[in-house]
Amino acid sequence: MSEIVLDAVGHRFGERTVLREIDLRITERRVGLIGANGSGKSTLARMLNGLLTPTSGTVTVDGIDAARKGAQVRRKVGFVFTDPDTQIVMPTVAEDLAFSLRRSGLGKPEIAARVARMLDRFGLSAHADHPAHLLSGGQKQLLAIGSALIREPEVIIADEPTTLLDLRNARRVSAALAALDQQVIVVTHQLALLDGFDRVVVLDNGSVAYDGPPAEAVDAYRRLVA
Amino acid sequence: MIGLYSPGDSPLHRLPAGVKLALLVAAIVAMTVFVRGPLGVGGLVLVIVCLFALARISWRVALAQLRPVLWMTLIIGAFQLLTTSPTRAVVVCGVLLASVALAALVTVTTRVTDMLDALTRALGPLRRVGVDPERVGLLLALAIRCVPLLAQIVHDVAEARRARGVSWSATALVTPVLVRALRTADAMGEALAARGVDDD
Repeated sequence: MSEIVLDAVGHRFGERTVLREIDLRITERRVGLIGANGSGKSTLARMLNGLLTPTSGTVTVDGIDAARKGAQVRRKVGFVFTDPDTQIVMPTVAEDLAFSLRRSGLGKPEIAARVARMLDRFGLSAHADHPAHLLSGGQKQLLAIGSALIREPEVIIADEPTTLLDLRNARRVSAALAALDQQVIVVTHQLALLDGFDRVVVLDNGSVAYDGPPAEAVDAYRRLVA
Repeated sequence: MIGLYSPGDSPLHRLPAGVKLALLVAAIVAMTVFVRGPLGVGGLVLVIVCLFALARISWRVALAQLRPVLWMTLIIGAFQLLTTSPTRAVVVCGVLLASVALAALVTVTTRVTDMLDALTRALGPLRRVGVDPERVGLLLALAIRCVPLLAQIVHDVAEARRARGVSWSATALVTPVLVRALRTADAMGEALAARGVDDD
């Protein structure tokens, strides 16, 4: 597993402080990040692969500074967003998967082989040449996971990946995330998604309010919002 | 190009994208220069029908490509009838529809990726003057992607406006569409960065 270390991480958007002095060392296989809206979960998640730079403190992945060597960190850490529509770039499903490898330096046969494997893995083979924007919500999110996985990252961060989905699609996406070999960090409001997780961090107003096993973390979260 | 690619294994599907684009340009120039009467237009129709049949594209898909330009063609035709002659009207409208049909044929038989690869190769020499062909290709891909995305935003905003019983007003439509479009652009930029687009 990769070692993700946050050392005194803080972040401000203008006058508003979103994260305060966060210290975390993440080495577990399945980690959840929960908290009320505006607690800083998504901001924190974006710092783990260099999409956002902390205004104070450092984030490192296996010793690589995410702020200074973002590209290197992003090769290790893939990101799945809440709304897959904003993650889809190319018109068809297969082309969108291949898009992630456009500048990878891989040859066309290797790219085609990886695309075929992803399509098969997420049950999208029959839709390979279909318009990606016409897929169902669940299929789009699976495509988004596939487009992150195809770069073969060591860690996957998913920011509320099931929020926009109905129950059936949310279950499909949860099952897909649960089956990943990679280390997975999930930001979520859907507490059922945390079943079987190794560790859950509860954020409150930009600080860590609880950090520990899922059951206790969920109790702590419920007490916070009660 | 917005996901209109129709999978297949016809000779037209197998033809390289660059060759198809070059032939398309040459055909449009040739049609504009050499077609001078209804007989020529008839010949064009025959050739195009044969090409669609060769690509094994269904009539429904073929006609759907022409639908968006039909009104414009009718207006142009009427204008030509009034200002020139019926022959000229037939030639102008025929060449216009034939150009759109041929462009559509290229679109339905070519993956966007192949089209962008061809474009990137063609723009290669411009690297010397500081143009990044990959970036131009990405720009086009995003422009293509944004069409259905913007259509969805406009649809959602119009639906929300109707649900609230607000009467039609340009401001009530444009303002939320603009705000959502900008937010979407931000989110897309973030997603592109996460997918390693700017990492070289």
